[in-house]
Amino acid sequence: MQANDGVTAPGMIQEQRARRDARDDRLFGWLLKLCALLVLAALLGAAGATLWGGREAFGHFGLGFLASSAWDPGSDTYGALVPVYGTLVTSAIALLIAVPVSFGVAVYLSEVAPRWLRTPVASAIELLAGIPSIIYGMWGLFVFAPFFADHIKPWLTNYLGDKPDDGKLSWVAAHVPFVGKLFGSDSPFGASVLAAGIVLAVMIIPFISSVMREVFQTVPTRLKESAYALGSSTWEVVWDIVLPYTRSAVIGGIFLGLGRALGETMAVTFVLGNAMQLSPSLLDPGASIASTIANQFSEAAGMQKSALMALAFLLFVVTFIVLLIARLMLRRLAHKEGR
Amino acid sequence: MSALYLRRRIANWVALALSGLATLLGLAFLVWILWETLRQGIAALDLKLFTKITAYGEDGGLANAMVGSLIIDFIGIAIATPIGVLAGTWLAEYANRTRLGEAIRFLNDILLSAPSIVLGLFVYTIVVLPITSLTSGNTTFSGFAGGVALALIALPVIVRTTDEMLRLVPSTLREAALSLGVPQWKLTCQILVRAARSGIITGVLLALARISGETAPLLFTAFGNNYMTLNPLDKMASLPQVIYQYANDPGDAMHALAWAGAFVVTMFVLLLSLASRFVLSRNKVSHE
Repeated sequence: MQANDGVTAPGMIQEQRARRDARDDRLFGWLLKLCALLVLAALLGAAGATLWGGREAFGHFGLGFLASSAWDPGSDTYGALVPVYGTLVTSAIALLIAVPVSFGVAVYLSEVAPRWLRTPVASAIELLAGIPSIIYGMWGLFVFAPFFADHIKPWLTNYLGDKPDDGKLSWVAAHVPFVGKLFGSDSPFGASVLAAGIVLAVMIIPFISSVMREVFQTVPTRLKESAYALGSSTWEVVWDIVLPYTRSAVIGGIFLGLGRALGETMAVTFVLGNAMQLSPSLLDPGASIASTIANQFSEAAGMQKSALMALAFLLFVVTFIVLLIARLMLRRLAHKEGR
Repeated sequence: MSALYLRRRIANWVALALSGLATLLGLAFLVWILWETLRQGIAALDLKLFTKITAYGEDGGLANAMVGSLIIDFIGIAIATPIGVLAGTWLAEYANRTRLGEAIRFLNDILLSAPSIVLGLFVYTIVVLPITSLTSGNTTFSGFAGGVALALIALPVIVRTTDEMLRLVPSTLREAALSLGVPQWKLTCQILVRAARSGIITGVLLALARISGETAPLLFTAFGNNYMTLNPLDKMASLPQVIYQYANDPGDAMHALAWAGAFVVTMFVLLLSLASRFVLSRNKVSHE
C-alpha cells in the first residue's frame, strides 16, 4: 500500500503540473497570436477606415472622382486628378534621379571603394535615411527651394522652356515637342513639382542604395572571380554578372523606394507649393495626395473631408500594391540563396 | 592595345568614376542638410526655448512642444513595445514557417513602409471620432490619440527586430530547456527573450527614433496646443508639429524657432540611432 502511494502521489502531481503547463502554453500561444493578428488588423483597419470615410465622395462622384481635376470647396465638387497626378509625377522624377545614383553608390561601396572606406561611407549614407522627413521638408523649403529658384530654374526655363525671360526661344524648346511645355513657367518661386521630386530623390537614395548594396554582397564570389579570370573589367562584372544575378531584388529595392516616395508627406508638402492646378510644366507648383490631406484635413468638413479620406484610400491601395511587388521581388532572391 | 580593349577600358573607367561621383553626391546632400540644420539650429538656440511655451509666439520657446513630444512618444512606445515583442515572438517561435506566420511577417514588412499619413487618418477614425462622440465634443483631439498613431508606426519596427533577434538565438538553447521539461511559455519569457534582450532593446530604440520625427499622423490626432499640458486627453503640442506650423509662418523669428526645433529633433534622433548601434555591438561582443 505504502509503496503504491509513493508511486501514485508524485505521478498525480506530475500529471497536474503537465496539465497546467499545457493550459498555460495554450493561453500564452493565443495571446501571442492575438498580438500578431493586430498587425493584420492595422493594415485592414487603415484600408477599411479610409474607405468608410470616403464612401460619400465615392458614392457621390463615382468613377468620375478619378478623372476630374476640379477641387472647389465653394461648389463642393472634388476630383482626385490633380493630387494623383502630382503624386505620380513627383515619385517618377524621384525614381529617375534616385535609381541611377543609388546604383552608383551601391556599385562603389560593394565593388570599387577600398575596404577601409566602405563601412564609414555606408553608415554615413544610411544616416541620411534616419533623418526625419520634417527636416528634409525644412531644408527643402528654406535652403533648396531658394537655391533651385536662383540657379537651376532660370537655366531650365531659358534653355529648355517655352517662356524664357528674354523672350528668345532656345533651340531645344523650338525643335523638340513637349519639352518647352515641361519647363515653361511664369511662377517666380522655387516650390515646384521638379523641386519636390528632387527632395524626394534625396530621401529615397539611402533606402534604394542600401538594399542594392546588401543584395550585391550576396553574389557568390566564385561567380565574380570566374568572370575576372576570363578577363572582364570591374564594370563588366557588375553589369553582366552582379546585376543579372540580383535583378529581382534590385527591382524590389526600387519599388520599396517608390512606396516611400508615394506616401511621403512632410518633405513634399513644404516644397510642392500646394496649388490645386493641373499644369504640364514641371516648374509650376502642384499638389500631391499626402500634401493635400496634410494641408486641408483639419479644417475640412462634410464632402471635403470625405473626398480627402477617399484620396487617402487611393494612396493606401496604390502603395500597398507597390510595396507588395517590392517584397515579392526581394523574396525571390532570398529563395535563390536558400536553395 | 586593340581598339576593343581600349574601348572596354574607357567604359570601365567612366562607369567606375560615375559610381564614385554618385557616392560623393549622396554624401554632399547629407553634409548639406546636416550643416544647414546645425548652423541655423545652433544660431537659434536659446534658454527660453526650454523654459517658455509656444503661446508667446516669437518671444516664446518650445517647452510645451518638447514635453508633449516626450509624452506622445512615451505613449506610443508603451503601447507598441509589449504588443510588438509578443507578436515578434509568435512569428519566431510559434509560427516560423507556417503559412499564417509567413503572411503576417510579409504584411508587417508592408506596414513598415506604409504611408504614415494614412495611419494617422485611421487613428482619427478609430480613436478621435469615438472619443468625440462619447464625450459629446468635450474631448476631441488628444495626446493619447497621437500616441496610438505613433504606436502603429513603431509596431512593425519592434515586431521585425524581435522576430529577427529571436531567430538568431541558437536552437540548442531551446532544446536544452525543453529537455528539462520547461514549458514553452517559461522558455520564451525567461530564456529566449533574455538571450535576445539587447536586440529587442535596439528595436525599441530604433522605433523611438522613427516616431520622434513623425509629423503627418500627429496633425489630426494630437493636433497641437499652445499651452503646457500633461493630460493625455488634452490636445497636445509636439515638436515636429510645431516645426511644421512655424515653418509655414511668414515671420523670420518663427523660422528661427522652427530651426531650433529641427536641431533638437535631429540631435535626438541621431543620438538614438547611435545608442541603438552601441547596444547591438556590445551584444555581439558578449556572444563571442
